Amino acid sequence: MKIAIASGKGGTGKTTLATSLSSHLSETQDVVLVDLDVEEPNSRLFIRGDQTHSQSICKQVPEWTGDCSLCGQCQEICNFNAVIKVGTQIMLFPELCHSCRACSELCPESALPLKPRKIGMLNQIQAGNLIFVESRLEIGEQQAVPLISQTKDYIDNHFDESYIIIYDSPPGTSCPVIEASKDADFVILVTEPTPFGLYDLKLAVEVMRKMKKDFGVVVNRDGLGNNDVLDYCDMETIPVLARISNDRRIAELYAAGELIFSTIPEFKEQLLLLERSLELSTVVDPV
Amino acid sequence: MKEIVVISGKGGTGKTSVMGSFSYLGKSDLVIADCDVDAADLHMLLGPDYQRSEDYYSGELAILDQDKCINCGACLSVCQFDGIQSENGTFRIEAMNCEGCGYCQRVCPTNAIQMETQKVGEWYTSSSKVGSTMVHAKLGVGAENSGRLVAQVKNEARRHAKKEGKEIILIDGSPGIGCAVNSALSGADYVVFVTEPSVSGIHDLKRVTELVKGFSIRSGCIINKCDLNSQMLDELITFMADAGIEHIASIPYDETFTAAMLEGKTLVEYDKGPASQVLIKSWEKIKQFAETEGCLK
Ligand code: SF4
Ligand code: SF4
Repeated sequence: MKIAIASGKGGTGKTTLATSLSSHLSETQDVVLVDLDVEEPNSRLFIRGDQTHSQSICKQVPEWTGDCSLCGQCQEICNFNAVIKVGTQIMLFPELCHSCRACSELCPESALPLKPRKIGMLNQIQAGNLIFVESRLEIGEQQAVPLISQTKDYIDNHFDESYIIIYDSPPGTSCPVIEASKDADFVILVTEPTPFGLYDLKLAVEVMRKMKKDFGVVVNRDGLGNNDVLDYCDMETIPVLARISNDRRIAELYAAGELIFSTIPEFKEQLLLLERSLELSTVVDPV
Repeated sequence: MKEIVVISGKGGTGKTSVMGSFSYLGKSDLVIADCDVDAADLHMLLGPDYQRSEDYYSGELAILDQDKCINCGACLSVCQFDGIQSENGTFRIEAMNCEGCGYCQRVCPTNAIQMETQKVGEWYTSSSKVGSTMVHAKLGVGAENSGRLVAQVKNEARRHAKKEGKEIILIDGSPGIGCAVNSALSGADYVVFVTEPSVSGIHDLKRVTELVKGFSIRSGCIINKCDLNSQMLDELITFMADAGIEHIASIPYDETFTAAMLEGKTLVEYDKGPASQVLIKSWEKIKQFAETEGCLK
């Protein structure tokens, strides 16, 4: 089972929920938490454990051998302006390259062999029974998607269906989010009951519907704004899976990098509610 | 002309609320550019009138003509993105996966694949409720290349600033360190970070600071929710001092930000409370910088 935790707007509590849910579930089940918010990977700040594995993640980009007839086909082929012919030089812009291989494989003189370029690091951490994997985009790299996609490949190659896999997705509604949630069985959208929260939630819902995903909403900082988010979910028949109340203690624990469910019973209650609605809980809890 | 960019690294630090207040205080002396195109929320505070809208096209999508397809599978063998799917011997394009590279089109022997440009959003030129020109955008869902849209929004804002003789362009940047932020930062004169004293806030500020360093832009920071955690606050202030980030102001946790938002108002027009006072002073400081720091283009 793969669950993606996403939100249209950043800072709604996505990471709080992802780290809490996975830590709590890992007390009774095998869980892998994966931080796919590769531009700003934050989950690690809440996970205490030992690093068991680390590797560079590369994408394949062309490199010019410097020896060709300068036909200029490569420039014409590349749809992303990553190859340009300037005078007697072929110039490459690897940050723009999508690694489609077209220029390299169609070059009549094989003058653009593909070479790996490091775009980020993947780290694996063992925290009790919880396995945590994160990828961090190199600063200056512009594209998150290839790193997200390779991180998911790593997960698929190392963990079978017996694991519950939880993705902490990037915020927003553009391509990185799609990449992060496209093979999830279920998506949890975290939002706040404010006008910004609602506006961004609607965009996120649009994405999920376009992707034909099963999804539900968790309202964070419940009680802060107004009822419009709940009314909207009601009207659109979107399940509200849990409501985490607007509690200053939660914000303070989060600020300190602490997990919340062990200290705040109301939060744990909502977590259990969420687990039950996702049919993830193994024991029937009396709460 | 000066470009001031407001960014946060981490989402949810109150960046847009701060940005909204500055826009309000700057009245019609500014041109405003909402470059947080992925989650563009600023319009909810500034009431733009959508005077002019233009379509934004970016990226291509492969379209397969079934009548011409001879099911040879050439496209399938070159596509790196699972954009071609075969079902019982026939092929179709999976639009969600297609990167628009066009490799399949080039190898198709019967020209059955065409590349189509995609309309992925709209951008607008408006007059905000305080009379300033505001350039903003709406990116369609799952769209690519928000960096280019950011560049377009900024260029339009620059054009207006020049035409109207405005000295300051105030830019709302997006979270993260990817293409959209890179676009927002290029050409900027000053960066205002809005962050919070939490482990995530500090972590993300560090990452985005490294990016800003690469652009050699001066920067200052507003610490929102400064009373969240005193230890983190100390850590944050030490980091800022080491990194050469000016400490513009600190704002205690204040729910009037949300109360103002519920009424579609910026904080400084909603009330004259302590947070508003801090924002008014901050804006004076930032403006002073913009006016005195020379090199007017
Ligand atoms: S591999 Fe594709 S995206 Fe990269 S430079 Fe070549 S044609 Fe452009
Ligand atoms: S355009 Fe590129 S990504 Fe899209 S289907 Fe063709 S080969 Fe695949």
